[in-house]
Amino acid sequence: MSTATATSTKRTIVERLTKSWLYIGLIGIGVVSFVRIVTDTDDLTGAGTIRAAIIATCPILAAALGGLWAERAGVVNIGLEGQMILGTWGAAFFTYHYGPWVGIIGAAILGLVGGLLHAIATVTFGVDHIVSGVAINLIGAGAATYLAEAVFPDYEGGGPRQLNGLEAPTQITIPGVSDLAKDVADRHWFFVSDVASFIQALTTNISSLSLVMFALVVVSAVVLWRTSFGLRLRSCGENPQAAETLGVNVYLYKYIAVLISGALAGIGGGFLALVSSSGFSTGQTGGRGYIGLAAMIFGNWRPGGLLAGALTFGYTDSLRLRDTQSVHALLLLVALGLLAFAAFRAVRKQVRGALVVAVIGVVVMVWFLATDSVPREFTVMTPYITTLFVLALGAQRLRMPAADGKSYRRGSAG
Amino acid sequence: MPSDVDAVQLRGIGKRFPGVIANHDVDVTIRSGTVHALIGENGAGKSTLMKILYGVQRPDDGTITIEGKDVVLKSPTEAIDAGVGMVFQHFMLADNLTVLENMVLGAEKLHGIGDAARTEIRRISDRFGFDLDPDVLVEKLGVAARQRLEIAKVLYRGARIIILDEPTAVLVPQEVEALFVNLRELKDAGNSVLFISHKLDEVLAIADDITVMRRGTTVGTADSHTATKRQLAELMVGSELPSPETEESTVTDTVELSLDGVTLTDEFGRNLLTDLSLKIRRGEVLGIAGVEGNGQSELVETIMGMRIPSAGTIKLGDQDVTHWHTRQLREAGIGYIPEDRHRHGLLLDAPLWENRILGHQTRPPSAKGMWINRKGARQDTERIVADYDVRAPGIDTPARALSGGNQQKLIVGREMSGDPVLLIASHPTRGVDVGAQAAIWDHIKRARRAGLAVLLISADLDELIGLSDTIQVILRGRFVGTFEPSKVTPQDLGTAMTGGEAA
Amino acid sequence: MTSFNPKTIGLALLAPAIAIILSILVTTAVIAAVGSSPGEFWSTMFEMPKPRLRVDIVNQTAMIYIAAVAAAIGFRMGLFNIGLEGQYTIASFAAASFAGAAYLGGFANVAASIIVAMVVGAAWSGIAGILKTTRGVSEVISTIMLNAIAVTLVGYFLNNYGVKEGNTVHTKNLEPGSTLGGFAPFEDRDGEIWALSIIAVLVGVGFWVLLNKTRFGYDLRASGQSESAALASGINPKRMILVSMMLSGAVAGLIWLPALFGGARNYGTSFQVGLGFLGIAVALLGRNRPLGMLFGALLFAFLSVKSNDLTFSTDVSPSIVQITQGVAVLAVVVTYEVVRRWRTRLEQRAVSRELAEAREATA
Repeated sequence: MSTATATSTKRTIVERLTKSWLYIGLIGIGVVSFVRIVTDTDDLTGAGTIRAAIIATCPILAAALGGLWAERAGVVNIGLEGQMILGTWGAAFFTYHYGPWVGIIGAAILGLVGGLLHAIATVTFGVDHIVSGVAINLIGAGAATYLAEAVFPDYEGGGPRQLNGLEAPTQITIPGVSDLAKDVADRHWFFVSDVASFIQALTTNISSLSLVMFALVVVSAVVLWRTSFGLRLRSCGENPQAAETLGVNVYLYKYIAVLISGALAGIGGGFLALVSSSGFSTGQTGGRGYIGLAAMIFGNWRPGGLLAGALTFGYTDSLRLRDTQSVHALLLLVALGLLAFAAFRAVRKQVRGALVVAVIGVVVMVWFLATDSVPREFTVMTPYITTLFVLALGAQRLRMPAADGKSYRRGSAG
Repeated sequence: MPSDVDAVQLRGIGKRFPGVIANHDVDVTIRSGTVHALIGENGAGKSTLMKILYGVQRPDDGTITIEGKDVVLKSPTEAIDAGVGMVFQHFMLADNLTVLENMVLGAEKLHGIGDAARTEIRRISDRFGFDLDPDVLVEKLGVAARQRLEIAKVLYRGARIIILDEPTAVLVPQEVEALFVNLRELKDAGNSVLFISHKLDEVLAIADDITVMRRGTTVGTADSHTATKRQLAELMVGSELPSPETEESTVTDTVELSLDGVTLTDEFGRNLLTDLSLKIRRGEVLGIAGVEGNGQSELVETIMGMRIPSAGTIKLGDQDVTHWHTRQLREAGIGYIPEDRHRHGLLLDAPLWENRILGHQTRPPSAKGMWINRKGARQDTERIVADYDVRAPGIDTPARALSGGNQQKLIVGREMSGDPVLLIASHPTRGVDVGAQAAIWDHIKRARRAGLAVLLISADLDELIGLSDTIQVILRGRFVGTFEPSKVTPQDLGTAMTGGEAA
Repeated sequence: MTSFNPKTIGLALLAPAIAIILSILVTTAVIAAVGSSPGEFWSTMFEMPKPRLRVDIVNQTAMIYIAAVAAAIGFRMGLFNIGLEGQYTIASFAAASFAGAAYLGGFANVAASIIVAMVVGAAWSGIAGILKTTRGVSEVISTIMLNAIAVTLVGYFLNNYGVKEGNTVHTKNLEPGSTLGGFAPFEDRDGEIWALSIIAVLVGVGFWVLLNKTRFGYDLRASGQSESAALASGINPKRMILVSMMLSGAVAGLIWLPALFGGARNYGTSFQVGLGFLGIAVALLGRNRPLGMLFGALLFAFLSVKSNDLTFSTDVSPSIVQITQGVAVLAVVVTYEVVRRWRTRLEQRAVSRELAEAREATA
């Protein structure tokens, strides 16, 4: 890549990121802040909430990125859940022996093994991607349970179903900024305090692994969209026949993509074991691999989009651990969001879609006005219901890789 | 700048697949700086040969010499390195990537994937008048632009020998003209072009040399300045031209199928079919001629109830069947030989007797009430296999294992059973061997004598002329001319099909 | 499929045989890797199960088999109903609530509850069916989402409307008149084979008849093999998708009923999760064939139940069999694919040989 290309690449990325993110972000913060003040629930954007949201987001984000890598190369990986489970065990085992960073690498390797199985089945043998994914989820869950029972009872703080007291990766606080942000946040001003508590959460005791996760989003975006390696990988997901006729080794790229996918899911599992909680426990992924997949679809198979999806799902996930009042306030937020979306559709003359969204928005609004609290279970369901709605309302606008999920056999070109 | 060394020499190329000999003893010489046409009927082995030259498949026998050097091409990459580029009939483009991304894919080392590549693409585009914008998504491009992109892709990689597999099949006449201008410029720039086609007019218009293939081997060469279409056609199909003999008319007065003002629009509101009206009487074969992609498939799917027309009526006998579902239409006695037998006509992994049931699920002998009549279906399959000379080890053989001709005979037998009143035959002899072709023609003629109404769609003009009582020409979804087969020549049809003045 | 020549059967059995050998090897390797004794493990596993376990195996086989049939209905149509888990969870809860409320007495209550379970299961899978036919949403994604929603929803209802007993919550207990006696093949203390296990037999036979003998079954298989050919043959693909999705969900609704009316008597802590995924695995293992799935269900039930013995006589934990099961599924789909490719080549060769002979004979 020439220097000229490199700078122009950088410029366009910055431009694109700022363009979409700045506006959506600003409007979003404004609305949230408005809802916070109207409903008098400072917890809605408290630094504690945002901190919890970031922690809840990261594993989902890791799985979503894993999904992105595999599906961009044309392999549907619903084995993410299993690979993530393998990652939780790997993180626990290696952290116990060698400390948290080796632990994360161990999580990645275990996830990668799950990815390797998936790649062998789907790429080399052309097995249906979903079938293989289901099998890998069975194997992942079984293997982690078995290995935990076989290994952890002998460890200090361990038992057949858990391993506690694991060392977490370093937490980072930026002195000065952190305190200043806290001061501003505590004043509960419109907009400014919300931004401040966001900054506070990002600069106070944030796990270095969280930062790594966010960095991985950027790295994935750059690698997949700005390098020839990424172009080749994506071409395998769009039209593998064409890629092969142009000399791309389709099998190789699919293998690499699925291995990375598994490793990322594994890291997500590692995050669960080391950061979200201070230890391993059997079944602690709780379907986050699937939520990651949902976040990726929500984000239209794009890094920025899946980040938004993971943040949304992570945020709702974190709220269920907090008081039910802030969840109730969230209803107003959802109602406003839906109505805004309905208006947006109406402007674009998509009358039917607008109507459907508006009706749902009104229902949520009525729900908000008529009740004082929301059962926790409904918060838990949020990511799933959101995904169903996004799919149902926008399936035509979603753009998954053209050859996603189709098995490809070498030599079938032409 | 033609040089003395030939661009490509293929000597004694052979390639066998399980059950088929695709190529044997193929010899082709492409002189440097010329347009060389390779012609032959469908199934003559042209595509296999091209894949061999492009490294997609490896030959079992023979040698490939490129610009004087013997080469073994194990992959497209090696072919590209040797200077060979290929434009496939079905474009090898990723819709969701930009022109630039499609162009640089696999050749990123040449000019990177950024501005240097963009500049190079613009240079090639300007040099040959391709009119390509590097940053447009391919899905936004029309067919002709996609083809120019494919050619540009090949040039971007520095190919000096360019293979074009049936490049005109999807183009309208003006686009064909534009393509030929591009090809001449390529030739003038010193490139060699291998042009694969079965359209003789085009071959004579563009080629310098011509090689003819038949049944997997090269059967002759010709000089385009001296060769005539008749000679080439005879080389292509063998000494005698098998074309169905026209028979006495059996047309009756009873109208079986009538279309009145049928119009079909797609999701974007464009007309795929515009105001089509036709009548087929009992005992009549109506042929539809047209360049592929001019609405033939849509017409058939509309009549078969797989698409709903946006205007107009379709009547079967006296009944309005415009909004009938496919199953009702089949039950009413429409037999259907689909265009693509693998996709629409067969369950490839199911045994023959189960394929006998397909499309006849609701009628005897395949069904009894809500039950499948296994015994009846099997017996009737035995009958079809015997009567229609389907060569298969048994009725439990999966359809996939049969040759194209035998698969087609099974379909014809199936669709003729149960006394249909109307047969819709879409390219009934495409990709089948000569023996099966003659047999299928006989079956259609016999059914016609027995009073069947037939809608025949074919790309084979001789077939249309030989079988039809009337020929309608379709162009861009409209009927543009009606011809009497006894008075029309393939040339006249060809002119009408491409929108020229009717002779 | 129809002719019973030894070669065909041999080829059909080849893939599962290889898969089972592979999963045995992997299991052995994993056990050895963590330092336990594979020998002890296998000798424990292959001992004749005690009568109580034999009864358990039959009961588990029945439930897994029902789940496998539910999955197979989707598979044969080319649909991936990964939502069995959610469908039988919500259906079991609905049936248990309905039965516990005792609107009807005795057998009428049982029969009505079975219908409730089927209707609720069908309705839940129907959501995925409608999303697919009207909005083009992949049933894989929507059923995954619906699984999570179903589990949470049932939790919500249970917590708010269930009967609290100590730390646990469950639906109202069945009245004695609505529990079904089973059949005790051994001593009473060894337990009973649940009466509703008979559902497995009915579902299995029904599935075979439906698929091979009826027009609907033919349409279903044709749609699964080639959507385009099915459409051209007059099958309405949307209707088929919706109907088969709902049929699959209805059968899924039956999965846990043998346990409900046999031993559990309410929906609560005794509810067995994971049968849906086991069913999918067994459907894959048995190639969606009624007999193959029976064998698969028996194998999986045997492994799950028999692994309880491991705690007493070895240091290998019972969850090892989950690995065995998972590997068996993955291995079987891979070997089926390999065998299929190989078989296609053989068939093509056989046909071309016969044609060549025929040609020589006529020449």
